[in-house]
Amino acid sequence: MSSASKHIVSDRIFILVWLALLALTGVTVAVSHIDLGPWNVWLALSIASFKSGLVIAFFMHMKYENRLLKGFFFCALLTLAIFIGFTFFDVHYR
Amino acid sequence: MSSYFDTAPRSARGFLDSGESGGGLLSWIFSTDHKRIGLLYLSAIVCLFLIGVLLGLLIRLELIAPGETLMGAQTYNAVFTLHGVIMIFLFIIPGIPAVFGNLMLPIQIGARDVAFPRLNLLSWWLYMLGGAMAISALFSGGGPPDTGWTFYVPFSLETTTNVSMAALGVFVLGFSSILTGLNFIVTVHRLRAEGMTWTRLPLFVWSLYATAWVQVLATPILGITVVLIILERIFSTGLFDPTRGGDPIMYQHLFWIYSHPAVYIMVLPGMGVVSDIIPVFSRKPIFGYMAIALSSLAIAAFGSLVWGHHMFTSGMSDMAILVFSLLTFIVAIPSAIKVFNWVATLYKGSIHLDPPMLFALSFILLFSIGGLTGLVLGAAATDIHVHDTYFVVAHFHYVMFGGTGFAFFAALHFWLPKVFGRMYDRKIANLSWGILFVGFNILYFSMMVVGLRGMPRRYYDYVPEFTVLNVMATVGSWILAAGLFLMFANLLRGMLRGAPAGDNPWRAATLEWSIPSPPPAENFAADPVVTRGPYDFKGAGLS
Repeated sequence: MSSASKHIVSDRIFILVWLALLALTGVTVAVSHIDLGPWNVWLALSIASFKSGLVIAFFMHMKYENRLLKGFFFCALLTLAIFIGFTFFDVHYR
Repeated sequence: MSSYFDTAPRSARGFLDSGESGGGLLSWIFSTDHKRIGLLYLSAIVCLFLIGVLLGLLIRLELIAPGETLMGAQTYNAVFTLHGVIMIFLFIIPGIPAVFGNLMLPIQIGARDVAFPRLNLLSWWLYMLGGAMAISALFSGGGPPDTGWTFYVPFSLETTTNVSMAALGVFVLGFSSILTGLNFIVTVHRLRAEGMTWTRLPLFVWSLYATAWVQVLATPILGITVVLIILERIFSTGLFDPTRGGDPIMYQHLFWIYSHPAVYIMVLPGMGVVSDIIPVFSRKPIFGYMAIALSSLAIAAFGSLVWGHHMFTSGMSDMAILVFSLLTFIVAIPSAIKVFNWVATLYKGSIHLDPPMLFALSFILLFSIGGLTGLVLGAAATDIHVHDTYFVVAHFHYVMFGGTGFAFFAALHFWLPKVFGRMYDRKIANLSWGILFVGFNILYFSMMVVGLRGMPRRYYDYVPEFTVLNVMATVGSWILAAGLFLMFANLLRGMLRGAPAGDNPWRAATLEWSIPSPPPAENFAADPVVTRGPYDFKGAGLS
């Protein structure tokens, strides 16, 4: 915890992350116009996951946290991925 | 057992003493002391439980004979919905963690309070607000909800009853649960006393820790789900409407993603209570400490992956049914590990059949019946036969009431003498246990048989062939109610006027028994240093 509170992220990184988020939003919109069948959803979810990863890592300082907190956070992410994955799994085989 | 009883009088009232604050209602409802918050929860939860019992008795009275006996179909639907909402969201889910987690967890790990005392108080206020909203749904809008506690679409979107208010109440209650879970996780990680290593944690703490993870990870899904219902009812966006590209089965996924892990939020703390009680009344260290501790985590993990077994007849894909069925069987393994270790602890123990032990032993039996009948439902082929029959009702009452409910009663009898410093009448407690146990089994075993014979659930009427078993179940409910009345009256009398209990009436070895009864305001005069395990009776000089 203390390691994160001491760390100051530079403005340059914040701006780069922000630009990356804008660019990925553009990619999401662009690929929605291409018909990839069921893969459209997976692609949109993958881009959204990457974007939220950037926000969590840099804006929320998770990149600079200790291993325990990162581990806990990973548990939450894994759980969410399983919940979504299992639900989609049913739809896929219906 | 009389040698267990320290009758030395105590004048100190510990945290119950109002001191200079005056001791009015405000000193309680704005207190950040974890023990006072635990008692606030206890009083609210017991009152709501008794309302739930009353509604359950009305349901059984209606079903004493075929046809309309006491109420019509619409009233019956509202009564069983409210019974479910109160019992699930306001009694069983918060029950043991909010009451006994708050009362005992900090003391058991040698802390002065939880990590975030104000957040803890906020949890209680949110609980009260959510509860008030859920109850107010009875008297506002289009009348009491009639959907059952599951709020299944499309009916919950079409009914004119006040589903929105009840769903909003559940949403608020979810926040209370998340904040309590968060508080407990941080408390266990950050506030353990010196020497209180992970392998010295009482198993009740382990179970609360595993439960807290489920609360934090799964409850948000319930929040999202009930918000979707409210949005659908207001804006009709068609998320669950197949004619507009929606998916009604998606609702069931979202609902059970939370609500099956919620079964483990309910039962894991009960398992923790039983794990703490059995060694004390067997006068033996627990058998398989690490197996029980890690099986709590395994139940929390695998229990979060089995929600689809509620949906075998919903139209879910066959492949998903196969996978969810397999996972359901896997989750039985850590549960069985616990049962094995409890029984192994009893083996060659010096068993004392005091009230907490009687309730704990009946937990093992009733939970085992509930768990094994759960496997009948976890296997897709048999599930289709008994789906939506009284067999399911009997199964989940064996798990939730026979399991968690009896564990809650065990915890009341085990820890209330510590909390109030006074002992109830143990003969009456034993008698009330006997009445409860007999009434419970007459009530729910009759339901199980009538369910296997094909009686469907959620109807206020049935064919005359099922009359005898329904009469038996209703008579069982009266016996059960008599046992509950006797038990609560005895506990209340004990709390107010019982003989002094002493600091350690059960000669237990966990930390809470090393401090005075009732515990002082900040628990420990000096920060404790832990040098032994929680069930090391010899090390504690109690063998």
